[in-house]
Amino acid sequence: MATNKSDSTFGDVQVPELVRKLLSSRKVLLGLSILMPVIIISGLGEIVTPFDPLQTHILDKYAAPGGKYVLGTDNLGRDLLSRVIVGGQSSLLLGFSATAFSMVFGVPIGLIAGYMGGRVDEYLMRLMDILMSIPILLLGILILVALPSSLINVIFAIGVVFVPRIGRVTRSATLSVSQEPYVMAAKSRGESTPYILFQEILPNVMAPIVVEASVRVGYAILIGTSLSFLGLGAGPPNADWGYMIATARNHIYETPWFLLWPSLALLLTIMATNLLGDGLNDVLDPRTGGGRL
Amino acid sequence: MSQQTVRQASNQSDHLLSVDSLDVEFQVPDGSIQALRDVSLVLDQGETLGIAGESGSGKSTLALAIARYLDNNARVPNGTIEFKGRNMLEFTPRELAEVRGNQIAHVAQNASKALNPSMRVGAQIRESIELHQDVSDDEVRERVFDALDQVNIPDPEETVTRFPHELSGGQQQRVLIAMGLACNPELLILDEPTTGLDVTTQAKLLDLIKELKTGAEVGILLITHNLGVIAQIADRVNILYAGEMMEKGPVDDVFTSPSNPYTQALLATTPELNRTKELRPIPGGIPALGEIPNGCIFADRCDFATDECQTGDIDVEAVSDDHETRCVNWQTAVDNPIEAGDATERKSRPGDVILEGKGVVKHYDEGTFVENLLSDHKPVRAVQGVDLTVREGETVGLVGESGCGKSTLGRTMLSLHELTDGVIEYRGDDLASLSKAKRKEFHAECQIIFQDPDASLNPRKSVRECIERPLKLFTEQDEDERIARVDELLEQVNLSLDLKNKFPHELSGGQQQRVAIARAFAANPSLVVLDEPVSSLDVSVQASILKLLGELRDEYNTSYLLISHDMGVIQAICDRLAVMYLGKIIEYGTMSDVFAPPFHPYTRSLLSSIPTLDPHEEGNRIRLQGDVPSARNPPPGCSFQTRCPQKIGDVCETDEPELVETNQETDHCVACHLDESGTTKPLETPVEEL
Amino acid sequence: MVNTLYLAKRIVVATLSVFVIASLVFGMTTALPGSAAEIILGTQQTPEAVEQIEQQMGLDRPLSERYVDYMVGMVTLDWGESLISGEPVTERVIPRLQRTLELAIVAMIMTIITAIPLGIVTASKRDTWIDNLLTGVSYVGISMPSFVSASLLLLLFTTGSLNWFPNGGYTPLTDGFFKWLHHLLLPAIALNFIVFSYVLRQTRSSMIETLESKFIRTARLKGVSERSVLFKHAMRNGLLPTVTVLALNFGWMMGSVVIVEEIFTYPGLGKLIVQAIHQRDLPVLQAAILVPTVTFITSNLLADIIYTLLDPRIELGEK
Repeated sequence: MATNKSDSTFGDVQVPELVRKLLSSRKVLLGLSILMPVIIISGLGEIVTPFDPLQTHILDKYAAPGGKYVLGTDNLGRDLLSRVIVGGQSSLLLGFSATAFSMVFGVPIGLIAGYMGGRVDEYLMRLMDILMSIPILLLGILILVALPSSLINVIFAIGVVFVPRIGRVTRSATLSVSQEPYVMAAKSRGESTPYILFQEILPNVMAPIVVEASVRVGYAILIGTSLSFLGLGAGPPNADWGYMIATARNHIYETPWFLLWPSLALLLTIMATNLLGDGLNDVLDPRTGGGRL
Repeated sequence: MSQQTVRQASNQSDHLLSVDSLDVEFQVPDGSIQALRDVSLVLDQGETLGIAGESGSGKSTLALAIARYLDNNARVPNGTIEFKGRNMLEFTPRELAEVRGNQIAHVAQNASKALNPSMRVGAQIRESIELHQDVSDDEVRERVFDALDQVNIPDPEETVTRFPHELSGGQQQRVLIAMGLACNPELLILDEPTTGLDVTTQAKLLDLIKELKTGAEVGILLITHNLGVIAQIADRVNILYAGEMMEKGPVDDVFTSPSNPYTQALLATTPELNRTKELRPIPGGIPALGEIPNGCIFADRCDFATDECQTGDIDVEAVSDDHETRCVNWQTAVDNPIEAGDATERKSRPGDVILEGKGVVKHYDEGTFVENLLSDHKPVRAVQGVDLTVREGETVGLVGESGCGKSTLGRTMLSLHELTDGVIEYRGDDLASLSKAKRKEFHAECQIIFQDPDASLNPRKSVRECIERPLKLFTEQDEDERIARVDELLEQVNLSLDLKNKFPHELSGGQQQRVAIARAFAANPSLVVLDEPVSSLDVSVQASILKLLGELRDEYNTSYLLISHDMGVIQAICDRLAVMYLGKIIEYGTMSDVFAPPFHPYTRSLLSSIPTLDPHEEGNRIRLQGDVPSARNPPPGCSFQTRCPQKIGDVCETDEPELVETNQETDHCVACHLDESGTTKPLETPVEEL
Repeated sequence: MVNTLYLAKRIVVATLSVFVIASLVFGMTTALPGSAAEIILGTQQTPEAVEQIEQQMGLDRPLSERYVDYMVGMVTLDWGESLISGEPVTERVIPRLQRTLELAIVAMIMTIITAIPLGIVTASKRDTWIDNLLTGVSYVGISMPSFVSASLLLLLFTTGSLNWFPNGGYTPLTDGFFKWLHHLLLPAIALNFIVFSYVLRQTRSSMIETLESKFIRTARLKGVSERSVLFKHAMRNGLLPTVTVLALNFGWMMGSVVIVEEIFTYPGLGKLIVQAIHQRDLPVLQAAILVPTVTFITSNLLADIIYTLLDPRIELGEK
């Protein structure tokens, strides 16, 4: 009904409309306004840190927040603010890379299973089910026990854990899109399967995948830091948040701020990705969009 | 003046329901939508008032407004709704709850969604009674059965224990009506009661509503887009267009001498059985209701529009005592009414065979090995051995009710589904073993158009990309040639070239279907399968699409395989027709063969079930017993034997009738055990005399 | 008929999953060429030590033989001996499984009695202060790793002015219900944090969806009171997806126990896993990963059965 109003062309209408919709969502705005500074500050890393995060200041051990060290220092006298900033690097890197990894494998698996249906679907999805029936953290532990601890392996472990989840989301969206007449029309034109999968179907299942991926980033950080907390992460001297919290536990009663700062950073970052995911879902999901009459 | 006010006041108190100058608007992010404007109606006890309108006319909003159930973003800035003399707009929530379900029953459309899926049917009806009537348990049970009896549900004791999904669509609708009737309401609002039902089911439901009319003192508000339903059932009719009442009056007057250009145009655009009328599309489309233009809302599309129509308020004028119209030029319209002309009969000269199905069988859900081992799993036998031929230059119709396998057959013929058994030949070669080049030729030559235009275009591709794609695939044209061809096609389907860079969601349903048609015709197809091409469109748009399909057929000399449940649509465009029932073709022939005796009993009942636009037509309608059997478990012998009103006896249950030629000249075939005396009686023959 | 067939199918799939996962665990911990001993020894490996361990574990035998032994052992509950203490693994794992289940079940019950009612309340009072508050809380909840929530709880309630709970440990139920609960409550809350938030969000959104469906309109137009609409018409349909989410979150809990038990020094499976990781005690680790996984698969199966009982439509195998 609200159709014939816009008379500008594709370039002028589509993109700004989406951006406008995204920015009108409070959740997206809030999520971005937390996540962007975190990414930028952590990304700049040692350029913006007040101290060298690895340097120990023997005379300033256990310094309370305020004063010279804004957030205080740890048991070795290292500046906590600097450590939190740099610690974000590996967490963020892990979150985005693990999600990217799981999409590279999960999306094609979901597309193929959903479009082909039948036996192919049955077998692929059973395999995904089996992978999903191992509790996430345990599968991560299993992989990291077999592989030496390094950031790459943590990314790999979490990526593998997420493949079935991305695969499932892609598959269920593909399943309904595959039944759409425009896909059948493409089949009746004799289009090739890759064309149908990637040109006809993929653009129309991107919305749920993007939503899932944005939530997965937060999850990956959550699991990555948990593994690191258990001593299965990249390990010292990389000061990632999970490792910082693990060491802070030994001093929890005397100097609770050791624990507080990395926890807060972690919480805000994960919350931002969840807000973003929810907001994207509100904006991109055609079922909730638009008024009714 | 004062006299009139007095009369009105006394009138109003007499009426069961009276709505006066009602406005309803919805607040939306970009402003507001004026869904209803200055709508007035009255309904008396024992009367049936039909509200007719296309989609976007606001008819369901009206129904919900009367039940005081509007979305939170709705406002009623003006008007009154009086029920038995009390203004409902001032009711407290408590008063509303007392009236709803008790005195006012609202029967929603789409019964499968309107019933609670996890509550037994009996409990849902029982709840209404327990809420509003102070009666004993036994009596409640009694009244649940009564209500189900009233809507002719066979075996109420059994039905009350069922969950909604265990009932057929027709039965669900009956249960919903029974729920409405449970407390003997004074006002029954039926919102699209037959939409989505098959014609034979619809016919039985219309009988039921007629029965209710004569039986009780209930006032019925019947809301539908189907003018045929109104002609058969209603006493008076109000025609709603884009939120305004265009015309109201007794059904006889409005249908025989429509006094509003919109009503006239609507009647001229509606297909009618046994009247080969040339449908007249209404130009343009329903306006957006964000900003209401000055003057008449229909002026842009009206044949009689003058300068006067573009300015000021258009008042309702009286045609006669109880017949009113909202038109300044109604006198002119009555003097020179818009009417559908007679269609000129098309002479088709069938050429070579393009596509031929031989013994086509298609089963779904054949079950896994384990399922077959552990249970007597039965596949869905969607198509059970069908022969069908489409030649060059002919239009073959495939008609049948939902679930008869017509769409599956159409899609299987284009190898969109895998064959379970049988052979499909493209120009004499088996489709399964075509060479690569030949297969490409097949894809280029045979196209398909689907029912839902919104879904048949990829939402992420612009109109130009959609239409250009087959050109890229099947022709050697360079980009300039392709763009020129896209422009040419857009012109041929009467779309403005401005739409070229739009995306599907920016188009109306009719425009989308035109793009789908342009895409199908881009590579000069010799055969297009039309799978319910107009059934999700409003009648006025439907007519223009059918007209377009007719023109393109002549221009490109294309063959069509038209799949439809709507005999009116079939009649408007087909040369030959195959009637399907439960996966089999039970009659085949030219249009005049199928529409005249000899009839297959199923074809006979199908034709007699269709409501006509003539309010006086009584007809001798055949009502089929029961529902279509499950395609997982088709009956032995003749597939129609479980419902056939002309069943002979055992032979029908044991022997499957073959398609036998009754007219060698035109190749008219009927699959029935009846002899000539049973099939040749005219359509009007009463059931008892068959 | 169809019903039993469906369940039979589910059981077959569940058994198959256990088989595949057991093989996977075997593959990843045992079969990697030469690595098992190296994993065990970590940084202190010398060629002699590696050889000694390999002999001790029977790693010099052919792979296929070891695999068959392992699988047979898994089925017959003979899970080998701990490399560290020499105890049979079964004896170490089973009592700890019981304690972990106690913890998980208490946490699950807490979720069910809090998150579901609150989800219903927020759905029926959409956009009010209580809805906004709980939605905000659930955002924090789903974003808080359990090691953070557990540490914070420890900090808040085992020291200072709110020193209400012991900072860890376990007493058996036989020592008295309240004593048992006293030790259990804080770890259960920590375990509950994320699950509570998920279940709350799920209940809220599926209740809202249900409340907007057409059959709710039918009920209201029958004159049914808002109360009945909520509890009689909407609840059963609206809570169906929650059943599945509960089961899925049980799996999440079976993973999170690793962290929560470590922090609260709770002697369950999770603590055992951490211990086994640090001591490189592979037979224990294998069992301690498999057992919660099998528990999770079983709980999913149970959820499916419950779902079948609750949703009349599923009998036809519609979904």
